[in-house]
Amino acid sequence: MRARKKVSILVLMLFMVSIVAGCGGGTDQKAAGDTIKVGINVELSGGTASYGTNARDGAILAIEQINAKGGVLGKKIEAKQKDCKSVADEAMNVSAALAGEGIVAQIGPLTSGDVAGSTPVMMDNKIPLIAPAATASNVTVDDKTKKTRDYIFRVCFIDPFQGTLMAQFAGKDLQVKTAAIYKDTSSDYAKGLAEYFKKTFEANGGTIVAEEGFVKDDRDFKATLTKIRGKNPEFIYVPGYYQEVAPLIKQARELGITAPIGGGDGWDSPDMVKVGGPEALNNTFFTNHYSSQDKDPKVVEFVKAYKEKYNKEPDAFAALGYDSVQLLAQAIKDAGAADPVKVKDALANIKDFQGITGKMSIDAQHNPVKAGVIIEFKDGAQVMKTRIEP
Amino acid sequence: MQGILKRSGKFITEVVVLVVFFLLVQYLITAGLLNQYFQINLTSLCINVILAVSLNLINGFTGQLSLGHAGFMAVGAYASVIMTQMFNMPFIAGLLGACAAAGLAGFIIGVPTLRLKGDYLAIATLAFGEIIRVVLQNIDYVGGPAGILGISKLTTWAWLLGSVVLTIVVIQNLVNSSYGRAIISVREDEIAAELMGIDTTKYKVIAFVIGALFAGLAGALYAHYFYIIKPETFNFLKSFDILVMVVLGGLGSTTGAIIAAAFVTVLTAALQSFPAIRMILYALILIIVMIYRPQGLMGNKELSLKTLGKIRGGNNGSSANK
Amino acid sequence: MLEFMQQLVNGLSLGAIYALIALGYTMVYGIIMLINFAHGDIMMVGAYVGFFSITVLGSNVVVAMLFAMIACAVLGVVIEKVAYKPLRNSTRIAALITAIGMSLLLEYLTIFLLTPQQRVFPRDVFPMHNYHLGGLVLSNKDIFVILSAIVLMIILQFIIRRTKTGKAMRAVSLDQEAAVLMGVNVDKTISITFAIGSALAAAAGVMIGIYYGTINPLMGIIPGLKAFVAAVLGGIGIIPGAMVGGFVMGILETMVSGYGNSMYRDAVAFGVLILILLIKPTGLFGKNTGEKV
Repeated sequence: MRARKKVSILVLMLFMVSIVAGCGGGTDQKAAGDTIKVGINVELSGGTASYGTNARDGAILAIEQINAKGGVLGKKIEAKQKDCKSVADEAMNVSAALAGEGIVAQIGPLTSGDVAGSTPVMMDNKIPLIAPAATASNVTVDDKTKKTRDYIFRVCFIDPFQGTLMAQFAGKDLQVKTAAIYKDTSSDYAKGLAEYFKKTFEANGGTIVAEEGFVKDDRDFKATLTKIRGKNPEFIYVPGYYQEVAPLIKQARELGITAPIGGGDGWDSPDMVKVGGPEALNNTFFTNHYSSQDKDPKVVEFVKAYKEKYNKEPDAFAALGYDSVQLLAQAIKDAGAADPVKVKDALANIKDFQGITGKMSIDAQHNPVKAGVIIEFKDGAQVMKTRIEP
Repeated sequence: MQGILKRSGKFITEVVVLVVFFLLVQYLITAGLLNQYFQINLTSLCINVILAVSLNLINGFTGQLSLGHAGFMAVGAYASVIMTQMFNMPFIAGLLGACAAAGLAGFIIGVPTLRLKGDYLAIATLAFGEIIRVVLQNIDYVGGPAGILGISKLTTWAWLLGSVVLTIVVIQNLVNSSYGRAIISVREDEIAAELMGIDTTKYKVIAFVIGALFAGLAGALYAHYFYIIKPETFNFLKSFDILVMVVLGGLGSTTGAIIAAAFVTVLTAALQSFPAIRMILYALILIIVMIYRPQGLMGNKELSLKTLGKIRGGNNGSSANK
Repeated sequence: MLEFMQQLVNGLSLGAIYALIALGYTMVYGIIMLINFAHGDIMMVGAYVGFFSITVLGSNVVVAMLFAMIACAVLGVVIEKVAYKPLRNSTRIAALITAIGMSLLLEYLTIFLLTPQQRVFPRDVFPMHNYHLGGLVLSNKDIFVILSAIVLMIILQFIIRRTKTGKAMRAVSLDQEAAVLMGVNVDKTISITFAIGSALAAAAGVMIGIYYGTINPLMGIIPGLKAFVAAVLGGIGIIPGAMVGGFVMGILETMVSGYGNSMYRDAVAFGVLILILLIKPTGLFGKNTGEKV
């Protein structure tokens, strides 16, 4: 019986393999036809679904706007969106599927881990990937060989940049000597920011008096905040995402903590004021690419269009998703053809591209060189405190 | 005498079929006839089969609901990666290390928790799965929440098929041995088994450790194909995915687990463009199967050539063996 | 000392919410021996109903809570009839798996219908007011949460101890077959149990929305798990146990964050669970009943 079973199991496997083959991605087609296919590989389910959904929304808006103006190089852009389920192996799977469908480039995924999952497939197939919000430095540069990954680009800051920026701001502008760090330990983005903040702050003579952590989906911070209150820091650095940071700041103020609080671009969302309340957010600052309250006509246009289409306000992910597509469109135009390799070269040479998240040039590590802004919350409005040119 | 000849003949047949199958697919891969998308899904299929069959040993055959299987996968994945990436050991060492580490974890977790019954056991295994994830998230040596990046691609079709076959063979042999009968008796009626003098805890632990061991193997294969691992990958949702396969296939049928694993892999690929529906569908599958057909697809029967023979009109000679 | 008192206050409001959710778990387990995995998600549905009641219908907090409680009571009964009743004579594993499926169904249906984005409770629906007692900060929200929880628990105790329904519930949880023989309508009693448990969870959900400001489709998972640990800690199936367990968990979690390492806060809940299960699975108030053949 054992023997029979094994053979039959093998027959079964053969059967299964052929099913998988049957359902496998379509034939390998190159970008023929009258549309330019752009893959959108983002997290639409799973833990980071809210980030991916917003980025996708921003990207789709950009595509629609571009198509309304006649497309790129006379052809309309066709978006192919797929869900990578917030898992790296699925990101790889989706990229392979998209590659088989003949995309010119891929937008996303959002998290650094998922981008890493896609990377081998993109490199093998020689198709460029633009990451809207992946901030780990090793996304575009291989840690071991120190070489830049040819086909991977991003439009957002890298971790070292924001952390360092805020540390310098706190030390020089706010002139604080002691700081506490209360970071999101379930996010490599937040950990990266915290690491560089600490390095720079201490290098400039400051002292970190406390280092605490919360995790994604936490809503109750009072216990740890009480502990931090006891250490009396002059500044508190809270790198993380707005879902957790907003209630955190609110609770901090409720507990009587009046020190200035700082963070990164993960704070950027209208929910910050909605949840935290204008008074609580006074005396808080964050580093960002841009401000959604910016009077710059391009930004105003974007916010208006986004609100009209989706009936909600855009957050940083939406803006970055939008810019990723716009950057790609620019690169295709520069390249003169919807050919992935040529587009890759064009992307590497982008100079002074005006996106809504700032004016950027792509550097040798495929990171955007763009100005950072420090934004202060004043009575519920985002006010630009300083702009730091690269 | 004739029986032995017949049996060794059958053994040789199946080995030959295996080798031919392996070579066939290997040829397709090397000749580039199988595109990348197909290869990725084939890899996922093999890994899912190993996971489903190993979980089935614990949930199906032993009747102990374990909800933390992804935790063992994580232990295996991380152990193998540490060995091959940080200590530059060969892949086989990584695989063996993964099995050992996962098996050990299974033992450490199993001994205290397997004294618990039913629901309590389920919750305890869920808790342990989460503890493993949280602990990994806080260990900077393995990258914390960012995990480990740039893992060399060492998993090949040979390793995959070999591991799948090994898993099936070991588990089937275990089930058909006296150990297996003890394990099944624990599932059927634990109190009666104890009265018959069977050390139920011992057998539960054995099943648990072996199940964990193969989950670790799957984890190692996964890590060395998909380039990056992080704690988030091995969360409860992953354990849940494997549970769906086992429940759908039939708690107590290895063939069922294999078929269901394949089905779920294919379904996942097909639903890439419909994210929300996928999870709703899985949840519905679980509920509907449990209410209307709790024995899943295969119940606790296995597919045998005899059944196939009946379908094809009985032209496959049958022998005395079942 | 001040810090300790502050942490205690923090722990009590957190604990009150856990206690309300834990009660639902314990009541359902007491009566049909099922860990209702979907309970945390019923709390989430309650939060959403409350949210829409406030934003769309413009109701105040109390009305919103009532709405949520009624809606979830109905939901709880429906889930019981559709998914758990058919499995009353099946194995425990089958019922558990179905409960897991139900939990995920609720979560992903909500995501599908309402997007995964968080929703923000309007701040002016419950204007904040802080009371300072010599350095200690107590907000009116803390008081509201703790008081409402206590009031609801008292009502529950009244129902269980002084009404016929309560008697029926106690009878069914002691011995279902004997209860049938005594003329108790078991189906109705089970439905009522689910209704009450779900209503309490809904109240907790609305409170979370008011207290923390935001709700999202996956908000039920972690509090649900912690409330379950609370129920087990107190002795699953024992109602006063759930209340005590809830407060203990809240205070414990707060103390660990406050005095230990905040990064392991969630792990503490799991650790507590493992410890109880290994040392005294019947919980603080539980009695040891061996399984009979």
